[in-house]
Amino acid sequence: MDFLIFQVPMLTVQAVLDGLLLGILFALIAYGMALQWGVMNIINIAQGDLVILGGYIAYFMYLYGIHPAWGVIVSPIIMYFVGVIIYKLVINKVVDRDLFISILATFGISILFMQLMNFAFGADVVLANSGYGTTMLFDNSVTLPNSKIFSAFISIVFAIGLVIYMKKSKLGRAIRATAQNARAAKILGVDTEKVYAATFGINAALCGVAGALISITFTIHPYMGLPYTIRSFMIVIVAGLGNLPGVAMSGMGLGVFEEFADYILGTEFRIGSVFLLLVLILVYRRFKLSKKREYLK
Amino acid sequence: MNKNIILYAAILIFGIAAPFVFPAFKVQLSILCILIILAITWNVQGGEMGYNTFGNILFYGLGMYLCASVQVGMFFPLAEWTEGGGEKTFVHTPAQFFQGFAVGLAVAAVVPAIVAGLIGYSILGLRGHYFAICTLGLGVAAGEISGGIEIIGAGQGFTTPPFPKVGSLEARGEFFYFCSFAVLVFTFLAVKAIYSTRFKLVLNAIRDNEDKAEAMGIQTMKYKIIGWMISAFFCGLAGGIMGGLVGYIDSTDVAFDGREMGVFMVLMAILGGKGTLWGPVIGATVFHIFKEGFWTFFLGWQYVALGVLIVVIVIYFPEGIMGWLREKYPERFGEVVDEADRKAQVELK
Repeated sequence: MDFLIFQVPMLTVQAVLDGLLLGILFALIAYGMALQWGVMNIINIAQGDLVILGGYIAYFMYLYGIHPAWGVIVSPIIMYFVGVIIYKLVINKVVDRDLFISILATFGISILFMQLMNFAFGADVVLANSGYGTTMLFDNSVTLPNSKIFSAFISIVFAIGLVIYMKKSKLGRAIRATAQNARAAKILGVDTEKVYAATFGINAALCGVAGALISITFTIHPYMGLPYTIRSFMIVIVAGLGNLPGVAMSGMGLGVFEEFADYILGTEFRIGSVFLLLVLILVYRRFKLSKKREYLK
Repeated sequence: MNKNIILYAAILIFGIAAPFVFPAFKVQLSILCILIILAITWNVQGGEMGYNTFGNILFYGLGMYLCASVQVGMFFPLAEWTEGGGEKTFVHTPAQFFQGFAVGLAVAAVVPAIVAGLIGYSILGLRGHYFAICTLGLGVAAGEISGGIEIIGAGQGFTTPPFPKVGSLEARGEFFYFCSFAVLVFTFLAVKAIYSTRFKLVLNAIRDNEDKAEAMGIQTMKYKIIGWMISAFFCGLAGGIMGGLVGYIDSTDVAFDGREMGVFMVLMAILGGKGTLWGPVIGATVFHIFKEGFWTFFLGWQYVALGVLIVVIVIYFPEGIMGWLREKYPERFGEVVDEADRKAQVELK
């Protein structure tokens, strides 16, 4: 085996560190997906496209001379309203219906967003340069861009902030009540329609934060959305709904897996391996459950 | 019964005469045939069995690559062909072309069916949206991975053998049209025959309540796998013909094109009406006419239109054309209508 990663041991450290920092970002996106899946029972295929849209907001701030790190604050605010608008136009009509309807409808939104972004921003791969420089570790054998550390830090801050918000605030309690039992919450005076809109908005805002961080740390492109959706779906089904430490752990695990797949299989198989891993995980869980004569629900 | 025979005869005559009556639309008509095949095969899963798959594109793309690879590989080294400019160095004689195409189509139909059988046990154990997402992942993974395999052209694509000239006769359009039309007729008749047996009832039982069907003693897994294999068989055939028709195979834009074909087949079946024999046929025809009109007049905005179309159809029109007709004229569908009941319903509205 003549893989570079086995010849240079320090590359392993590099891959693990890169993977962990990347995985925290995935976990943030997956947290948004878990939130709306748990509350509204909707699988949002357009999740990744919301991420990319959030990234373009930061990128445009960078183009107009504002430091892209401010996108972390601006992007979620704009994306919150985008999310609420999407909810009002489309999602509220599919909330109580068959899950496949919601998958297909959000698939339509995803195609729409992809193409609109392609028109508006062009088909080039772009990144917002933050100018943070890099940190060298272990005698200069491991390079760590500071922007990655920054993005991981911001993700953790937002995730913790959201957890506290969900626990303490009135809206957070209403969201949790609706997730437990929408009908009972309605009877007790919770305006579930508003809760759903807010949930979708918060999800979009989380995507906005993640997107802004991705545009600083990595690159964005109008067609790169779907892999982010699949990653977050995968993280959620591995961790389970409402299991926040699990989401963080499996997010980081996925990040490390991807970095290793990148080194071992080659970059051209990176996205393919993510999708294949999804299939394998689902099949594994299906066999595990079928021993108990159950199936994934 | 008599009326039906006249209808079928009319469609058959139209189908045979079409390329001569509308010579400019030969390619479009061939694509229409392919689309109808895909919609019919999707309907076996999504409509009759209740397993909404995004992954039938896998068999379509597999068939496309297999047909072209066999057609080339039977006579020439495949690796040199795909390396670039192969179609100029090696030239198929007409006999080689047709022989290769026939064998290629056979392989393109059988291998996807076998693949469906092999993966069926694992994948079909998933239900509902897990199945939908899993098959979506399968289709995209196939596209990404085949885009990295050197021998079938990797990123730069695969040029299928050009159609040979027999003497001075140039009949490329007619050849592919009749191929696709023949496969369409074959598919339709086969599916119609299947739908008239117990098999369809089993599929419907699985759709309506799988646990109950199992409790009734039906081996649901066996039927699900067979249903998927039937779909894969015809999807592979359609893919093989489409590869020859397009003349160029690219992993993510032509073969495993989840963004176009993969969604189209779902959309066409839903537009026409899930779970009916004629629904996919009507849906595909309407969709193709709409699509071509839109693609021509609003070039560049077609995907925007596609996205909007998906959302609108799914939200406002989930029953499709056949479902709408059925609600309007229930007698035509063999449903017994009680006049008093109908009046009461109208009054209620």
